[in-house]
Amino acid sequence: MRVRVDGEVCEAEEGQTVAGVLLAAGRNSWRSTRRGGRPRGVFCGIGVCFDCLVVVNGVPDVRACQRRVEPDDEIRTQHGAELPS
Amino acid sequence: MVSPDIVVIGAGVIGAACAEALSAAGARVTVLDRGAPASGTTAAGEGNVLVSDKAPGPELELAQASRKLWPELLAALAEELGPELADAEWEPKGGLVVATGDESAAPLRDFAGAQRAAGVRADPVTAAEAGALEPHLTKAITAAVHYPEDAQLQPVLAATALLAAVRARGGEVRSGVRAIGIEADAGGAFKAVLTDRGAIACAAVVNACGPWAGAFAADAGAPIAVLPRRGMVLVTAPLPYTVRHKVYDADYVGAVASGDADLQTSTVVESTGTGTILIGSSRQRVGFEERFEVRVLAELARKAQRLFPILARVPVMRAYGGFRPYAPDHLPIIGADPRVPGLWHATGHEGAGIGLAAATGRMIADLYAEKETAVDASPFRVDRPAVIEEVAA
Amino acid sequence: MSRTVVSSIVVIGAGPAGLAATRAAADTGADVTLIDAAPKLGGQYHRQDARTGDERFALPAGVQHLRESVVWAIEPIDGGHRAHVRTGPADSPDRTGTSIDAAALVLATGAYDRALPFPGWDLPGVFTAGAAQALAKGQGVAVGSRVLVAGTGPFLLPVASSLVGVGAEVVAILEANAAVRGWLSNPFGALAGAGKAGELAAYAATLVRHRIPYRARRAVIEAHGADRVEAVTTARLDADWSPLPGSEKTMEVDAVAVGFGFTPQLELAVSARCELRDGFVVVDAAQATSVPGVFAAGELTGIGGATLSAAEGAVAGAAAARHVGAEVRPPLQAMRRIRSGRRFAAALGEAYPVRPGWRTWLRDDTLVCRCEEVDYAALRGARNDRDATGSRSLKLVSRAGLGLCQGRVCGANVAELSGIDDPAAFAGRPMAVPLRLCELAGADPEATPEIEPGVKV
Ligand SMILES: Cc1cc2nc3c(=O)[nH]c(=O)nc-3n(C[C@H](O)[C@H](O)[C@H](O)COP(=O)(O)OP(=O)(O)OC[C@H]3O[C@@H](n4cnc5c(N)ncnc54)[C@H](O)[C@@H]3O)c2cc1C
Ligand SMILES: Cc1cc2nc3c(=O)[nH]c(=O)nc-3n(C[C@H](O)[C@H](O)[C@H](O)COP(=O)(O)OP(=O)(O)OC[C@H]3O[C@@H](n4cnc5c(N)ncnc54)[C@H](O)[C@@H]3O)c2cc1C
Ligand code: FES
Repeated sequence: MRVRVDGEVCEAEEGQTVAGVLLAAGRNSWRSTRRGGRPRGVFCGIGVCFDCLVVVNGVPDVRACQRRVEPDDEIRTQHGAELPS
Repeated sequence: MVSPDIVVIGAGVIGAACAEALSAAGARVTVLDRGAPASGTTAAGEGNVLVSDKAPGPELELAQASRKLWPELLAALAEELGPELADAEWEPKGGLVVATGDESAAPLRDFAGAQRAAGVRADPVTAAEAGALEPHLTKAITAAVHYPEDAQLQPVLAATALLAAVRARGGEVRSGVRAIGIEADAGGAFKAVLTDRGAIACAAVVNACGPWAGAFAADAGAPIAVLPRRGMVLVTAPLPYTVRHKVYDADYVGAVASGDADLQTSTVVESTGTGTILIGSSRQRVGFEERFEVRVLAELARKAQRLFPILARVPVMRAYGGFRPYAPDHLPIIGADPRVPGLWHATGHEGAGIGLAAATGRMIADLYAEKETAVDASPFRVDRPAVIEEVAA
Repeated sequence: MSRTVVSSIVVIGAGPAGLAATRAAADTGADVTLIDAAPKLGGQYHRQDARTGDERFALPAGVQHLRESVVWAIEPIDGGHRAHVRTGPADSPDRTGTSIDAAALVLATGAYDRALPFPGWDLPGVFTAGAAQALAKGQGVAVGSRVLVAGTGPFLLPVASSLVGVGAEVVAILEANAAVRGWLSNPFGALAGAGKAGELAAYAATLVRHRIPYRARRAVIEAHGADRVEAVTTARLDADWSPLPGSEKTMEVDAVAVGFGFTPQLELAVSARCELRDGFVVVDAAQATSVPGVFAAGELTGIGGATLSAAEGAVAGAAAARHVGAEVRPPLQAMRRIRSGRRFAAALGEAYPVRPGWRTWLRDDTLVCRCEEVDYAALRGARNDRDATGSRSLKLVSRAGLGLCQGRVCGANVAELSGIDDPAAFAGRPMAVPLRLCELAGADPEATPEIEPGVKV
C-alpha cells in the first residue's frame, strides 16, 4: 500500500504501524516538543509513553507505535501541540 | 519550641490564606494538615476567581473584595518571597457567559443587569462581538455577557505560595498531623489543639478543614453543618492557544444556586497556563463517594463540544474530582464559634473557595484582631440557623 | 454512541495471563469476552509479527475476542462491573464504543519497562528495551544499526538476541547489577525457573556467537548528540549504582535500549479499587483481588515472567468461572506452578533491584518528566521551596506527571526522587487512556441491562 509521509509517497505493508514505517524509512524522530522544540520519536514502543505522537489524516496526538497504517494515510510531523484540522 | 498563637487546621487554600493573613498581622501561626499541604479539595479546584456567577448578595460582596485583593496579595508575596516562589499563574483574562437557548437568554440579561447594579462589570455583547472575543465559539448563541473582572489562578501554586510566606515569617507548616479535638482548662478557657501527635498549646484554632470541617467541629464539641458536593473536571491534552476567556454556558448560574442531589453539569471551558483546557464541572450530592461515573464525564464532554465544536477531536487525557464543602444555605462560614471560646471556622466555600480565599483570610485576621472588616462579616457568622441547627445526624 | 452487551466474564489483556485465563474460563462453559488493544493475541511475550495475516493462537469456541479494543474505564455496577471499550485504529476519533457488563472481570493488563532518567535520555535513539523488542518482533525493524543494550535483569538478553535477529549490531549488554549467575545459582530459583534457564542459555549462545560483550556493574550514564544519539558515556557502578570516578568510557552508537525492570499497568485495577501493596495488586490463592468479582493475573500482581503469568491466568480464569456459577475443578497444577514461579520471581527481584545510586546520574537540567519537560532542578524546587510533598500537589506544582502519559513513565522515578514512599502514587487514572472529546460525549450507554450471573448454555 502507499501512504504519504510529510508529503512524500512511501511504501508500506499491511500490519505495519506508523512507527514501523517511519523507522524502516530511516527516521527516528517525527515530533517536536511544546516547550523545548526538541525532537522525539519512539521511546516505549508499546503505547504508554506518548512520545511518538504524529498527525494522521489531520488528527494530531496519534501514537505512531500503536496506529496501524491504512492505504492513503496522510502522515505528518507534529509540531508541539496542534489542533485537529 | 515556642508555642504558636494560632493553629490553623487544614492546609488547603482557605487555611493557607488564613494563616498568611494572621501571620502578616504578626501572629505566630502553625498550620496542620493530616495529609500533604494543598492536596485536598484545593488540588481539585479549577482556579476560577469569579464575580460573574454570583447574584447580588453577601457572597458577591466577598467575591468582589477577594477579586480585588488577590493580585495585591500575590504582588506583595512576590515582593517578599521573590517572583518565582510567589508565582500562581494569575491571569485576569475575563469571562464570557453565553446563552445557547432561547430560554436562557433573557435570564442571563436580567442576571447581568442586577450584577451591574451591584457594581460588577457585566457588558452585554452581540454574537458577533462574542465571536471576536472567542473565535472558536459556537455561532449558535442567543445572548452573551462579557465579565472583564473574572480571573484565574492555579490553586495549588496559590496555596503553596501563601504557605511559603507563613514559613518565611517564622510560622510552621506540618504535614501528616491530624487534629482530633481541643482541650479547655478547668475554667473552660481554650488551652490546646489535640492531634494524633500530641497536644499543641495555643490561644486559638481555625477550622479550615474544607469538606471535612464538620467532622473536626464535632470533635471540638461545636458541630457545624458542612456537606460535600462532588465535582468532576475533564482535562484535555495540551493545545495551542484556543480558548481565551473563561467561557461558560448561562446554565452555570442555575446550578450554582441549586441544591438538587441529582447530577447537574454546567459547562465552563478555559485554558490553563500549561496549554491544557479544563472542562468543568459537575455537581452531585453523593456524600464522599469517590466513584467516578462515565455518564458524568459524557455529559461534560457533550456540553463542551456544543460550546466549542473545534474541541470535538482533541484528546481528553484526564478526569479528576473533588468535594466542594458547602453549608445548607450555600454561604461560607467565617468567624468565631460563640459556643467554644478560641474556636474559629473558615470553611463552606463550596465551588468558590479558590476565588474567595484571599478575602476570607483577611476577614479572619481582622475579626481576630477585632478590627472592622472590609466586607460585612455578619452573613457568614457561625451561629446562623442553617449552620448550627441543621447539623446532619 | 455506545451500545451495551453482557458477558459473564470479561478478560482484559491477551498476554500469557489473559490467554490462559480465557482458556481456563471458557473450558468450564462460561461465556467469555477477551479484550486487547492489539490487533493480534499474545501480549508482550508472545508478540506476533503484525505484518503477516495469520494468527498464531486459537481461542476456544465461543470466546468473543475484541481486538484493537481498549478498555478506557471500569465502573462498578450492581452484580459486577462495566468495562467501557473503544474499538478501532489507535487514537482515532472514529472508533466505536461498547460497554460490557460482566459478572466477573479478569485484569491481565501486564507491565511496561521502567526507564531511569540520565542526561540525554530524551534524545531520539534512546529507547526502552521493550521498545527494541516490540519493534523487532512485531514490525521487523531494528531501532538502530549499532545498539547498546543496558539496564538490569535477564530481559536484556532476549532483547539483544532479537536485535541481532533483525540485523542490528549489538555493541554490548550492560548489566547494572552484579553478574547474571546470581539467581541461577540460587537453588530455589534454579528449580523454579528451570524452563527459563534453558531459554536464557539459548540467548547466551547467541551472545557468544555474535561476540557481544556482557558487562556487569556498568550502565549508561549519559547519551550525547545534537538531535539524535551519536554516542554514550558508560561508567562502572559501585554496589549502590553510583558511578565510579575515572571508569567512564565513551562509545559511538546510534541507539540505546534501556530497561530497569517493569512497572505494572495498574490503572484499571485502581479504578476497580483493588487493594495494592508495594505497587502491585494484592491477590489471594485464587487470584481474587480485594474486590469481589475482580481477579488479577500476570505482571499486575508481581513481576515474574511469562510462565508465572500464564499459571496465574489459568487460576484466575477458573476462579472467575466459579464466581459466575460454573463447575470448576481446582487448577492444582497451575497453583503449584504459581508457588514455584513466585519463588523464582522473588529470587529475580533480589538479584536485579533498582538501586538508589541512579539518582546521582541526574544533573539539574536532566528531564525527569519527558511529556512536560520538567527537569530535576524544577522537581526539587517544587518539593523543597513549595513543600509539595504529596503526589497531587507535587504534580500540580512541578507539572511532572501531568502530560499525556499521565505519569506512567516518570511516576515511579518522581516518587523515589521526592521521598514519596509509594511506587503506585501516580497510578490512579480514572481514564485509562485518552479519548477524543467526541468519543467521550457519546460514551454513556443508553440502557443498563441486568446481569444474570451464570453459565450460558
Ligand atoms: C471540581 C471542582 C472545581 C472547583 N472549581 C473552583 C473554581 O474554579 N474556583 C473556585 O474558587 N473554587 C472552585 N472549587 C472549590 C474549591 O476547590 C474549594 O472551595 C476550596 O478548595 C476549599 O478549600 P479548603 O481549604 O476549604 O479545603 P481543602 O482544600 O479540602 O483543605 C482542607 C484540608 O484540611 C485537611 N484536613 C481535614 N480534616 C483534618 C483534620 N482533622 N486534621 C488535619 N487536617 C485536616 C485536609 O487534608 C485538607 O488538606 C472547585 C471544587 C471542585 C471540587
Ligand atoms: C515491551 C515488552 C516486551 C517484552 N518482551 C518480553 C520477551 O520477549 N520475553 C520475556 O520473557 N518477557 C518479555 N516481556 C516481559 C512481559 O511483561 C512478560 O513476559 C509477559 O508478557 C507478561 O504477561 P502478562 O500476560 O502479564 O502481560 P502482557 O504480555 O504485557 O499482556 C498485557 C496485555 O494487556 C493489554 N492491555 C493492557 N491494558 C489494556 C487496556 N486498558 N485495554 C485493552 N488491553 C489492554 C496489552 O495490549 C497487552 O497485550 C516484555 C515486556 C514488555 C513491556
Ligand atoms: S513510543 Fe511510547 S507511546 Fe509510542
